[in-house]
Amino acid sequence: MSIILYIIVMAGVTYLVRMIPFTFFRKKINSIFIKSFMYYIPYAVLSAMTIPAIFYSTGNMTTAFIGTAVGIILAYCNMPLIVVALASSLTALLCGVLF
Amino acid sequence: MTKKKAFIDGVKDGIPIALGYFSVSFGFGISAVGLGISVLHCVIISLTNLTSAGQFQGIQIIALSGTLIEMALVQLVINMRYSLMSLALSQKLDSTFTLKHRLFASYGITDEIFAVCSTKQGKLSPYYMYGIISVSTLGWTFGTFLGAVFGAILPPLLTSSLGILLYGMFLAIIVPPARKNHKILFVVGISAMFSSVCKYFLPMISGGFAVIICSVLSAVLGALLFPINDTEQD
Repeated sequence: MSIILYIIVMAGVTYLVRMIPFTFFRKKINSIFIKSFMYYIPYAVLSAMTIPAIFYSTGNMTTAFIGTAVGIILAYCNMPLIVVALASSLTALLCGVLF
Repeated sequence: MTKKKAFIDGVKDGIPIALGYFSVSFGFGISAVGLGISVLHCVIISLTNLTSAGQFQGIQIIALSGTLIEMALVQLVINMRYSLMSLALSQKLDSTFTLKHRLFASYGITDEIFAVCSTKQGKLSPYYMYGIISVSTLGWTFGTFLGAVFGAILPPLLTSSLGILLYGMFLAIIVPPARKNHKILFVVGISAMFSSVCKYFLPMISGGFAVIICSVLSAVLGALLFPINDTEQD
């Protein structure tokens, strides 16, 4: 299948989920269930995407595991996004050089 | 406030976002080229999507020749959070925000841009949003381009360590709220558990669908067990 078709579907859906509520939606959502679902979904998505895929992200489970541990500790200490991301990566690199 | 001043304000507020995006999208470019996607296509994906998690999952689907339905559903679920952000921002727009501006500005609603726009004092001008969006898009697209081009030249050890970069960013987004809020911790934990079960015990479910099933199931469980009250929704 042509990659352009994939990109059109990908970009089209991504644009529509942003555009429709921003442009046309005027009503207030009152359902507690829907509000709660919408509140939790970003965390659920990111968590499912990260675990266990992060352990395979460097091609070496040892370096990935140590990189993940450093990332979690720094994120737990409320470090900025870019610091956490770069430190995980740098740790994995250093471990790769050392072992 | 003039249009020009609003735009410049937006650019200033967007610079830290652009720097963060640059390094993450560099990792995206490397991953995408590693999966066999051309440099031009990588750049087009970043320019037209402007989203990390969706693109990252999207290139896996392309690499495995998944169906277009799977692609659409995965993007819908992963990016559903933007609907909520768009909804919240739509309440904050100033009177010059006409239909045309809404159609353009909605392209650039990302987690970070939403965070900056929603916490800004007063109403939002379209030109302020264009300022943030243009500098962030530049960082995201240029980073992708450099990652895609230099990914092949850099030593494999270096590029493989960059594979963890996007996931590191996800950790930075989910860990701090999970630490403060036990309900979020529950949802994050159960979703990680479901996702691991899919990976090790149900390998016939493809990665994209696994993310949908696990996250929808976890968010429904969270909503049923711990419905939120209005004060938590910011």
